[in-house]
Amino acid sequence: MAGRAVRCSNGRVDEERGAPVGRRVVLGMLGLGAAGIAVGASAQEGVNKALAPVAPLGDVLPAAGGFRYYSVVSSVRKRTLAEHRITVHGLVDKPRAFGAADLAALPQTRITRDFQCVTGWRVPDVMWAGVALPDLLAAVGVKPGAKAVRFRSFDGEYTESLTLEQARRRDVLVATEMLGKPVTHDHGGPVRLFVAPMYGYKSLKWLGGVEVTDRVVPGYWERQGYDVDAWVGRSNGRSDEPT
Amino acid sequence: MSPREVVERFGRAERWVHHATALLMLVALGTAALLYFPPLSALVGRRALVRTVHVWCGFALPVPIVLGLASRAFRADLGRLNRFGPHDWAWLRRRDRRAVRAGRGVVPVGKFNAGQKLNAAFTAGAVLVMLGTGAMLTFPGPFADRWRTGATFVHDWLFLVVLVVTAGHLWEASRDRGALTGMRTGLVPRDWAARHQPAWLDGVEASPDAHGAESVNPPPGKG
Repeated sequence: MAGRAVRCSNGRVDEERGAPVGRRVVLGMLGLGAAGIAVGASAQEGVNKALAPVAPLGDVLPAAGGFRYYSVVSSVRKRTLAEHRITVHGLVDKPRAFGAADLAALPQTRITRDFQCVTGWRVPDVMWAGVALPDLLAAVGVKPGAKAVRFRSFDGEYTESLTLEQARRRDVLVATEMLGKPVTHDHGGPVRLFVAPMYGYKSLKWLGGVEVTDRVVPGYWERQGYDVDAWVGRSNGRSDEPT
Repeated sequence: MSPREVVERFGRAERWVHHATALLMLVALGTAALLYFPPLSALVGRRALVRTVHVWCGFALPVPIVLGLASRAFRADLGRLNRFGPHDWAWLRRRDRRAVRAGRGVVPVGKFNAGQKLNAAFTAGAVLVMLGTGAMLTFPGPFADRWRTGATFVHDWLFLVVLVVTAGHLWEASRDRGALTGMRTGLVPRDWAARHQPAWLDGVEASPDAHGAESVNPPPGKG
């Protein structure tokens, strides 16, 4: 920014002798920006708490605290719970497709946990309900030699994997309900995975297939460099509070 | 049209810097909206592509301005945008800031009014802050979580402010044919300049090397 008086072809010289307000505005904004980076984490928590009573605001304005929508494909066709089937196959005794009624017939599990994204945002106290993955696996019977479970989205692109040990945790759900209502399409419905202790990218949306395998196959984000074992606070170079 | 009816307001360099910056800004804001607002993200998806376009536009945003520094006219405009004279404070304070008496604006506004100056300063500051926080989000490796969350906080909220300010800038421009023509062709009608930038017009017409002012250049004579 030219701080000196410049005589130029078609302007008045005296105009350039005033206070350098433009430069002050720019420097002020740089200062505010730096301060924002320093205190932003706490400030965002404050904003989330303050705006929690108007939760629907977060659906249109993620900065008000809410889920952000990331899709790696152009569009995902909608499926209703009634027509949807989850196929469970691979190293299992009885490969099977589970419809809504089949899932409802299995023991139901409810958990309430924070949802933590690897990009930093966190949605507190999200209530999920559905079938705990170990209950689903027990229903088909896992063959000896199985080491991992691979999940596929019906968007055609997205995949994820868990080790068999991780998949047998009680806080890993094949979720049909979120916040007391059926999981909506935008949140990955009608059925999605919810891996409570791991970063959000492990909680695969639009669950279509479950395959029991003999090894862990890195999923979509893991091929882009994210950790396969995505424990919140102990992976991806982050130190978030565990969920 | 006689040469005195139009006045040159912007040269080629100034217009090029403006248009290139405007294009990059609009694409950056458009892709930001697709990445940020959940209904739009759900509609368009393709996160990897949208993000790539957004990141490249963001990093390219300062380039036209830096290249523009090679132009003397653009540097002179930056100097004008930077400095606030008494008439600028008056323009901000007065309710009749846009009043016209006998074909001339009542406030002796120079080439840019105080609102345009503040808009330019805000945009420059916003580009720099978005560049810094955007770089932190694009290359998060060296930064601790709290800093990354802080950068997200700044990038998110400043985006909304930039959206509002840019919409305001476009709204003001769309209501003023003279201003639009000036930025498109570089030339503004003389009577428009008298209403909006009377002090600048006086300067143009008094300056011997300015456009359309040859006739006021005194012929060489004996001292």
